[in-house]
Amino acid sequence: MDTLSAPLTIAFDYTRSLGPVLGRFMAGLRDRRVLGGRTADGRVHVPPLEYDPGTHEPVTELVEVSPAGTVISWTWIDRPLEGQPLDRPFGWALIRLDGADTPLLHAVDAGAAGAMSTGMRVRIRWAPTPSGHIRDIECFEPGTGEPAGATTEPEPVTIMTTPIRLHYRHSTSVEESGYLRGLAEGRIVGRRCPDCRKVYVPPRVCPACGVATDEAVEVADRGTVTTFCVVNVPFAGQRLTPPYVVAQVLLDGADIPIPHLILGVPAADVRMGLRVAAVWRDRADWSTTPENIDHFEPAGEPDAPYETFAEHL
Amino acid sequence: MNGTAESRVAVIGFAAADVSVTTSGVETLAPVFEAALGQAGLERREIDFWCSGSSDYLAGRAFSFVNAVDAIGAVPPIAESHVEMDAAWALYEAYIKILAGEASTALVYGFGKGTAGDPARVLALQLDPYTVAPLWPDSISVAALQARLGIDAGLFSERDLAAVAAGREEASCVETLLDRPYLRMPLREHDVARVADGASAVVLAAADRVGGRRAAWISGIGHRVDPQGFGERDLTAVPSASAAAVDAGGLDGVQVAALHAPFTHQELLLRRALGLPDAVRTVAFGADAMFSAGLSRIGAAAGEVMAGRASVAAAHATAGPLLQQNLVCVLTAEVAA
Repeated sequence: MDTLSAPLTIAFDYTRSLGPVLGRFMAGLRDRRVLGGRTADGRVHVPPLEYDPGTHEPVTELVEVSPAGTVISWTWIDRPLEGQPLDRPFGWALIRLDGADTPLLHAVDAGAAGAMSTGMRVRIRWAPTPSGHIRDIECFEPGTGEPAGATTEPEPVTIMTTPIRLHYRHSTSVEESGYLRGLAEGRIVGRRCPDCRKVYVPPRVCPACGVATDEAVEVADRGTVTTFCVVNVPFAGQRLTPPYVVAQVLLDGADIPIPHLILGVPAADVRMGLRVAAVWRDRADWSTTPENIDHFEPAGEPDAPYETFAEHL
Repeated sequence: MNGTAESRVAVIGFAAADVSVTTSGVETLAPVFEAALGQAGLERREIDFWCSGSSDYLAGRAFSFVNAVDAIGAVPPIAESHVEMDAAWALYEAYIKILAGEASTALVYGFGKGTAGDPARVLALQLDPYTVAPLWPDSISVAALQARLGIDAGLFSERDLAAVAAGREEASCVETLLDRPYLRMPLREHDVARVADGASAVVLAAADRVGGRRAAWISGIGHRVDPQGFGERDLTAVPSASAAAVDAGGLDGVQVAALHAPFTHQELLLRRALGLPDAVRTVAFGADAMFSAGLSRIGAAAGEVMAGRASVAAAHATAGPLLQQNLVCVLTAEVAA
């Protein structure tokens, strides 16, 4: 059976605190100056190190180096990837700036691979609106240049933000695919462990026995609240207005509860043992997703005795 | 660290899968465990300690190593640990655990679905988060910079890289490979090990639990790390690999080596750093099943010993960018004196 898969993009804006060294380095970039860190052996590191690898003391001396330097090694990328400094073919290079003892990695806008060579001279092309970030260096370009010269030391940058965006294709197992396809037909299909006979919804490798669950078992779309919480805290992306209830619902025929919303009842009236039934979305909107069930609401049955779900807490 | 007569640990089982259907890896791991335990002649409940290596970034799943515990069957509770590194480092942890007397058997596993995302971009995120990762340098471009440094230094040529590739790809010859276009100058497609899905598991046992089983004894193991900044180390030397080999008791007498070299030029850098003579046979490195590939190299070296093809074998695993972190494990047919 073909298994289901779907695209998945995860993204986050990482905000990072900068210490005294990188804070000054980034502030320098904002002023279109490159600062290197001098270690006790006299070497100037670009980017600067926060601690001296020889003495293990904090690095405190920053010195300006040239915005121009020499390519130590290079390669060429014909089809730049998302997020890279240039969106046309460019060279990646290790560049030792004049006045520095260590090379840094950056992009070189050279037009063609044939224009790149070890030993070539390149200079920084600054971003039009610097912000105190490594991307203030837009890229390097063939050419030479001179340091801007000393100015008053700017306030260090304290925070830098780097957006991260990654794309995946999430793949489900045969068992999970069967579960999702069942949902598209309005059915909830779990699987039974051949060893301990427990029924898992959604189906998974039996976490108690470590074996694949084999026998498909259709379970009811109603069940018992085993435990629950009242959500009182607002958060980004929240779709309901607090307070509302998220509960563990043990579907009749299953041995493991699923988490879902309990609506149609005041939060204060939700309790362990409450019998609830699924409220499905409009059939026309169903697809291979658990979102086909909009929420659960009280089924109007007497509460289940504690003993009937005690094992599933 | 060197094993002595009092502290002896052996590999007694190994299994690997070259697929991973799901991003969770659980479905792949269950049969791999079964096969490794079958070879070791142990039941699941006889394993004292479980240790894994994986990374959530690889397939974009949070806490995937917790999910993977499903494949163990953790009732009653098990003793378990995880490293966000290749599982070769999980093996180191398990080895120490056994030496410390806290376990006498361990199952070490690694897993990953490297093809779920674009690993060349994902790996950019292991670089310095302030000055390098925000540029999104892809792992292949970065490797190409290292390869060119080696070529410029006269350590090897593009032809030498192709010769390594020809040893990895059957039925390919150097001339044909050199006719192929560059992927990232000076690297061609055959210089880059294909990132693959996969999982593997190694079973370890203390001497008193080995019994009459076939075993590859760990005579020494070491791991070291070089500075992360690309400008802070000589990218054509691999000092951490050299130091790890010393920590593992040296590689004198090694007859076969299983190196973890995701790029052809890195195999040549490693042979040099480890001081491996040409006479030392290598177990060809195939696809790079990230986070289990290094552990699988230990499994492969152990397999050479257990099958009687070598009396001393070395395994190597790498992690981080450009051979930054390296682990060396020496395995022998006989118990170390």
